[in-house]
Amino acid sequence: MTEAVLYDAAGPRGRRRILIGSVAGLLLLAVVIGAAVARLAANGGLEAELWRVLTRGDVQRLLARALVATLRAAVVAMVLSMAVGAVLAVGRLSRRRWLARPVGAWVELFRGLPLLLLIFFLFLALPTVGVTISTFWTLVAGLTLYNSAVIGEIFRAGILSLPKGQTEAAYAIGLRRGQALRMILLPQAVRLMLPALVSQAVTLLKDTSLGFVIGYSELLRNGRTAVEFLGGKYSIPIYTAIAVVYIAVNASLSFTARWLDRRTRRQLGRTVQPSVADEAA
Amino acid sequence: MDAILDNLDAYRQGFVTTLALTVVSTVLALAIGTLLAAMRVSPVPILRAAGATYVEVVRNTPLTVVFFFAVFVLPQLDIRLPFFQFAVIAVTVYHAAFFCEAVRSGVNSVGVGQAEAARSIGLTFTQSLRLVVLPQAFRTVIPPLINVVIALTKNTSIAAAFGVVELTAVGIRLANANGDAVIAILVGIALCYLALTLPSGWLAGQVERRVAIAR
Repeated sequence: MTEAVLYDAAGPRGRRRILIGSVAGLLLLAVVIGAAVARLAANGGLEAELWRVLTRGDVQRLLARALVATLRAAVVAMVLSMAVGAVLAVGRLSRRRWLARPVGAWVELFRGLPLLLLIFFLFLALPTVGVTISTFWTLVAGLTLYNSAVIGEIFRAGILSLPKGQTEAAYAIGLRRGQALRMILLPQAVRLMLPALVSQAVTLLKDTSLGFVIGYSELLRNGRTAVEFLGGKYSIPIYTAIAVVYIAVNASLSFTARWLDRRTRRQLGRTVQPSVADEAA
Repeated sequence: MDAILDNLDAYRQGFVTTLALTVVSTVLALAIGTLLAAMRVSPVPILRAAGATYVEVVRNTPLTVVFFFAVFVLPQLDIRLPFFQFAVIAVTVYHAAFFCEAVRSGVNSVGVGQAEAARSIGLTFTQSLRLVVLPQAFRTVIPPLINVVIALTKNTSIAAAFGVVELTAVGIRLANANGDAVIAILVGIALCYLALTLPSGWLAGQVERRVAIAR
């Protein structure tokens, strides 16, 4: 439904009311922003000296290194999650119950747990059984455990959304189930779920920020280090810069996801929709 | 096993804190999210733009960064609150955007004919939204809303890194204190979370099925 159905094209009185609404809204917005800015200024948050810290070479290098570390963890975890997710999806779709049931339970289990708990579990429990891995691999393993379960469900939704005739046709020409999945179903499903996969990549990228709690030098950890070194009042410029970096990277990914979604929907008439809840977690 | 039984009290406290954080933040975020959704479908351009900007900014920011702003930046502005309230602010600000998107997709799922019919019998924008579209939208959005609440429940764990002693923080403390029972302790914490998330997920599935038949 397009929202425009909810109201008519405004006449002169309606236009006046919309104008009044706009002005009132604008005023309200101005008051809120003004109050925030006044508060910021009263506490010295707007002084040029404070913001000039972002032009310092060492701060820039620290944050640039951190961005690379963030992206590296995200890319490795995304690739692994897609590989494991594909295996989980095929396992859960299997007609062998002894395989489908446990895989289903595995997926529900890891989707139902907080990612931070998974990361802490790996971080604290692995050393007690004599396995030591770097913070990078701890973070990547945690991200993969969680996201492979989510991506597995996206794959499964993609395969299930294909018309039944595709599977039947594959069987009719003598393909086995595995072959049908690999050669007929997956290639078509990938197109349908590409937008959902890209928006899951946004979630995964956001979640790499949890690396900060186990001391992996990603954006937040290095930002915190910088603030601890420079002093608390620099938290305003440094964290704002970090937020801007995250928003810039993620917004361009989100934009790509929406563009892909529109294009695929134009060509195929449908896509696998990412769930709002998966984007939140 | 003994490590869990000896610390049942800590578990209970953590569970209650997680539950309190979840309930308070859900109520606030749902209210703000519904308001944002109404702004995003309203005829006033400035409200639409403000709502869209909020959602676009927040959903591309990690919750951890929102926590950083609440816990480290607000005190710089002389806003000092207990950690629990900072956590409520961060969780609310973040999830309001997702509640908004869930409600909005619900509004969009109501057939065009419904809104057209409401308009053609002379209902105004507010009336058609309140009497016709929203009552139907709320039914379809209940499953996605429950799923956002589940995500919120899991996300409250991030408060552990910012001084709130909820389930995850209890787990970390106990694990550090009982080096010989780390796995048992953390499995216990995981079970507490599953006790919250799995029934909700089951409920969402049931509601989804009921609504699907009704349509």
